[in-house]
Amino acid sequence: MSAPKLNPVAPPAHPLPSQVVKDDEPVLVAAAKAGDVSAFETLVGRYERKIFRLSQNITQNREDAEDAMQEAFLKAFEHLGEFQGNSRFYTWLVRIAVNQALMKLRKRRPNQVSLDDDIDTGEELIPREVEDWGPSPEDRYEQSELSGILSSTIAELDPSFRVVFQLRDIEELSTEETAEALGLSVPAVKSRLLRARLKLRQKLNRYFKRSDNS
Amino acid sequence: MNCRNVVKELSNYLDEGLDTTLKASIEKHLANCEDCKVVVDTTRQTIQIYCNSEPAPLPEDTRQRLRDALKRRLRGVRV
Repeated sequence: MSAPKLNPVAPPAHPLPSQVVKDDEPVLVAAAKAGDVSAFETLVGRYERKIFRLSQNITQNREDAEDAMQEAFLKAFEHLGEFQGNSRFYTWLVRIAVNQALMKLRKRRPNQVSLDDDIDTGEELIPREVEDWGPSPEDRYEQSELSGILSSTIAELDPSFRVVFQLRDIEELSTEETAEALGLSVPAVKSRLLRARLKLRQKLNRYFKRSDNS
Repeated sequence: MNCRNVVKELSNYLDEGLDTTLKASIEKHLANCEDCKVVVDTTRQTIQIYCNSEPAPLPEDTRQRLRDALKRRLRGVRV
């Protein structure tokens, strides 16, 4: 996989709305580009939790996640002059953080992480366990318990599935943005996303299925 | 439309990336296939749960090391 460039890419045809982007973001980014360190620190404070979770989910190692997060923010500041506002700042930041996290992961597990390979697991896509979940999982579990379930479940995915799901469904990047960030084709992103969603659904069954709620 | 095709188009259906004819065909199948309906509903919930989940606060020591790194590199402050 080629390293993602730090230059902003053209916006996708249908960018998804993001819950994290606030109205004052362009003002903060402009101020930071002009050298206002405080403005950049405000952006860091706004996104540090999400960037740390992203790094943690990709690396599955707290020390690596912390390093990847730090390096992502520092690199973002250093290259801020290259950000021209054609994409969301957060999307641009996520791409940098993904690159840092993947480098950490590859360093620790050099023979296990390849996003380039066309993954054909030979697994049947048709779900094996089909059971309704019943009450909303958010109502059944305390927030901290649910967070633990979600993070331990996504950790069970193969890294090449995990990172696609992370970008597409947690960070809300578009399919095109995800493909660009990972150096994958759009069909490859779609294929891995479908498998990731189905695998996660199946793995979450053991916590959320209705029969366990009686 | 059969169950295999519904699963194949599941992501496109959930992401609302299908043309109206294919979407209608899937919805006709879902109205008559409880298993596929459950798969669609629980996959949709899977995405929503992850998408809506709030990241945990940064551990205090992690936050402090980030602050120190920013001070060192951005402000040239020794910490």
